[in-house]
Amino acid sequence: MRYLVLLVCAIIRVTVASGQTYLIRGANIHTMAGPDIQNGSVLIRDGRIAGVGHNLAAPKDAKLIDARGLQVYPGMIDAGTEIGLVEVNAVRETEDTDELGRYNPQLVALTAVNPSSEHIPVTRVNGITTVATMPEGQLISGQVSLIHLDGWTTRDMGIKARAALHIRMPFIQTEGRRVFVPDNESGGGAEPGAGFANAKRDFDKQMSDLNDFFESARRYKLARDTKAPDFKPDLRLEAMVPVIEGAEPVLVTAIREREIRDAIAFADKQRVKIILCEAPEAWKVAKEIKAHDIPVILGPVLALPLDEDDPYDRAFTTAADLDKAGIRFAFATLTGSASLSSRNLPYQAAQAVAFGLPHDDALKALTRNAAEIWGIGNQAGTIEEGKFADIIVTDGDPLETRTRIHDLFINGKLVDLNNRQKDLYDKYINRP
Amino acid sequence: MRFGLLGLCCASLAVAADLPVLIQNATILTVTNGVIRGSILLENGKIAAIGEKVLAPAGAMVIDGSGKYVMPGIIDCHSHIMIEAINEGSVSVSSMVGIGDVLNPEDIAIYRALAGGVTTANILHGSANSIGGKTLVMKMRWGRSAEEMKFQGAMPGIKFALGENPKRAGNITGFGFAAPGQAARYPATRMGVEDVIREAFNDAKVYRASWDEYKARTARGEIAIPPARDLKLEPLVEVLEGKRLVHAHCYRQDEILMLLRVADDYGFKIRTLQHALEAYKVAKEIAAHGAGVSTFSDWWAYKMEAQDAIPYNAAILVRKGVLTSLNSDDPELMRHLDKEAAKTMKYGGLSETEALSLVTINPARQLMIDNRVGSLEVGKDADVLLYDGHPLSNFSKVLKVWIDGHEYFDRDADIQQRTRLEIEKKALIGKAAAERSLSRPAGSGQTVRVQGGPAL
Repeated sequence: MRYLVLLVCAIIRVTVASGQTYLIRGANIHTMAGPDIQNGSVLIRDGRIAGVGHNLAAPKDAKLIDARGLQVYPGMIDAGTEIGLVEVNAVRETEDTDELGRYNPQLVALTAVNPSSEHIPVTRVNGITTVATMPEGQLISGQVSLIHLDGWTTRDMGIKARAALHIRMPFIQTEGRRVFVPDNESGGGAEPGAGFANAKRDFDKQMSDLNDFFESARRYKLARDTKAPDFKPDLRLEAMVPVIEGAEPVLVTAIREREIRDAIAFADKQRVKIILCEAPEAWKVAKEIKAHDIPVILGPVLALPLDEDDPYDRAFTTAADLDKAGIRFAFATLTGSASLSSRNLPYQAAQAVAFGLPHDDALKALTRNAAEIWGIGNQAGTIEEGKFADIIVTDGDPLETRTRIHDLFINGKLVDLNNRQKDLYDKYINRP
Repeated sequence: MRFGLLGLCCASLAVAADLPVLIQNATILTVTNGVIRGSILLENGKIAAIGEKVLAPAGAMVIDGSGKYVMPGIIDCHSHIMIEAINEGSVSVSSMVGIGDVLNPEDIAIYRALAGGVTTANILHGSANSIGGKTLVMKMRWGRSAEEMKFQGAMPGIKFALGENPKRAGNITGFGFAAPGQAARYPATRMGVEDVIREAFNDAKVYRASWDEYKARTARGEIAIPPARDLKLEPLVEVLEGKRLVHAHCYRQDEILMLLRVADDYGFKIRTLQHALEAYKVAKEIAAHGAGVSTFSDWWAYKMEAQDAIPYNAAILVRKGVLTSLNSDDPELMRHLDKEAAKTMKYGGLSETEALSLVTINPARQLMIDNRVGSLEVGKDADVLLYDGHPLSNFSKVLKVWIDGHEYFDRDADIQQRTRLEIEKKALIGKAAAERSLSRPAGSGQTVRVQGGPAL
C-alpha cells in the first residue's frame, strides 16, 4: 500500500486559486508553437491560457493589458539549477543539495525548496518562470523537481516533484588524487601508472555497484509485484521502480566524452531512459547521442574550454553543434557559482547564438524543448490554449540584456517584478 | 645586404614593423568623443587618425568595416591570470612579495582574454592578506615574454583585503587559505584587520622617518649609517608617498568606511575599492575620499558578505559621482566584460557610453593610464577591437584585436589554424603512444633501448 501512496505523490496536482482573468492585447505573440501572431491577444484564466489569437473578445471580468508594440513569449525554463536548495554557497547551513551517501534515489528536491529564497524573485524578473532544481551528489543524489518560480508554498510551486533521478556518472578520477610516481629504473616503487590503475579500479567498482543497485531494484519490483512472502517495503528501492519501468528518466551528469559514452552504454544495458546533463563534450559523441535519441540538458555556455588546447570558443559553439546534429537540447545554468546565476540563462543562450546557433532554435531550447525534455510539453513551453499561463511581456528580444520585462505571469498570476535587490536600489539611490 | 635588413626587421619586436591599419566605413565607439561613422587609422603603434574620411597611407592594410563596430580595448581592473602563485597566506602583511616575480606569459588565459577583447589587465594577488603583494598592469601581448607584456609607465600597485577572506585564515574554524598544520593567524575579525593595517602603517612611518633622518644627516655632511632596508615596509612607504596605488578587496560598507578612515588618518589615498559590493551604500563617503570602485556586474550570494550585493551597484556609484569600473576576477568572466557592461543599462539605466566606460576609460583612469589607453583618441596607444556587431549586444563577438597597432587576435586566423593544430596533436599523441609501446613490450618489465636513442 505504501508504494501506492508514493506513486500518487509523484505527480503534484497544481491547484491555483482561480484568480484574476487577464487579456493581453495588441502584442506580437511568439507562441513557439507556430508562426508569430502579429497584433494578437492572449486570454488568461484560472492559471491557464484560455485563448490565443486575433481579436479575442474581452470577458467582462478580464483585466486588460495593453501590450501594443510589445512582445509576448512563453516564460523561459532553466533546465538545471539549485534554486531553492542553496541560499549562500559558502554557508553550509543554507545548502541542501548534497546528502551523505551514494545511493539516495528516495530524496526529492522539492522537499527542501525554500519558497522564501531570494533567488526566486531575483531570477524570475529576467523572464525565467520555471526551473528544474536538482540534488547534487556523488552517484545517485535524488529526484530532480520542476518548479514554478512563484508560490506561497512548495505545493503551489511544484509542477513535478519526481521529474528525473539524478545520477553523476562514475568516472576515472585521476585529477585531485595523489599519484605515486615510481622510480622504475632502480627496481623499487610501484608499477608505473599505479595512480591510474587505482583510479580505474575505483571506477570499475562504482560502475558494478551502480549496476547492482539497478539489479536490486528489479528484484525488489519483482518481489513486490509477485507479493513474495518475505517482501519488505524499502524506500530507496521503491523510488527506483518508476525508473526501471521506464516511466521516469534518469538525468545523467556526464562531463567527458568517455563518461557520455559510458552513460549511453549504461542506458542500453539497464534499458532506462536517460537525459544527458551538462555534457560539455557532447559534440564529440553527437552521432551516438542522435542515434539513441537522447536529449541533452547542456551546461553553461559561458564556460572555459575543458582543455588547454581546445579552441577558445569551445563552450560557445557546442549548442550549435548539437543543433546541427539534430539533437534535442535545452540550456541549464547549473547554478553552482555566482557567475552562473540562473537569471543570466537567456544571455548564456545568446552567446551560443553569437557563435552560430540559429536564434529561433535558441528560443526553442529555452522554452518548448526544455518543457518537452522535462516531460511537461503538454503543459508548458508554448503559448497554446490549456497550458500554464507562464508568459512574459517584453519590449524586445529576451535574449538581449537591455530588453525590459514589462509583465510576468506565472501560473496565470501577474507576478511582482520587485525583489530585495530592487528594494535596496530604491533605498540607497535615494540616500541623501 | 637585403637579407641583412630583413634579418634586422625580423629580429625587432618594435611595433614599427607593423603595417599601418585603416578600418573604413565602421561605427567607431570612441567612448570619450561620441560615435563616429567613418575610419580609424592605426600607425606606428598609435591611433593616427579618426574621422569620416581618412586617407590610407602607402602600404596600409585596409579593412572594410561596413556593419562592424570599433571600440577601445577592454581594461580589466582585477585579474589573477598569468600568475603562478596567488596568496602568500602565512602572514597577514605580505607587501614584500610581488606579482612581477611569478608571471607566466604562456598562460592560455591570456589568449582567451584577448579573444574576448581584453587588452590590458591589472594583475593582483589574492585576498588572504590584510595587506597583500605588489601588483602590476599588463598588456595582453600574447606570444611575448613576461617582461614585454608589462605596461611600461603604469603606476605599480598593492593589494589590500578586508572582511571574510583575510580573517578566515586567522580563524581556527575557518578554511581556505591556511596550509595544513598552520597555526591560527592574527587577525580573525574585521577589528583585527583594521589593527593589522594600522600597525603596518605605523611601522612604515617609523621606517620612513629613519630614512628621512639618515638623508638629512648625510645632506648636512654628517657621517651616518643607513637604516637596514625593509622590503615589507618599502612598498608601504611608497603608498604614503603616493607612488604606489592601493587596490583594496572589500565587501561590506562598514569595512569600506574603516579603510577610508585609516587611509585619512595615515595620509594616503585608496585608489580603488575592489568588488566593494556594498559600495552603493556609502557612495557619498567614497566619492569624498576620491576612491574609485571596481566591482562585479551581478555576482551575489556566494558568501555571507555578498548577500546585499545588487546588480545596481555600478549604476548607483556612477550616479553619485564615483569613478567606477567592472572587473572580472575570473578567467571566464574576463572574456565577456562587454556583456557585463550591458547589464548596467538594464540594472540602473546607464547609457551606452556610460556602460562602455565601465570597461574602458574608467578602469584606465583608476589605473592612471588614461593618457595612453581606454578610449579611441588620436595619439593614444592603438589598442583597438573590431566587432561583428554592437559590443553591448549579446549577439556580437570580437573579430580582431590590436595592441600597440599589432594584431594579436584574428578570429578567422584562429579558426584556420585549428585543423593544423588538430593534425599536430594527433601526430604527437601517435608518437607518444608508439614510444610507450616500444618502451614497454607486453609481459616484459625490462628496459629497452630505442635504436639510436637513450635508454628508456
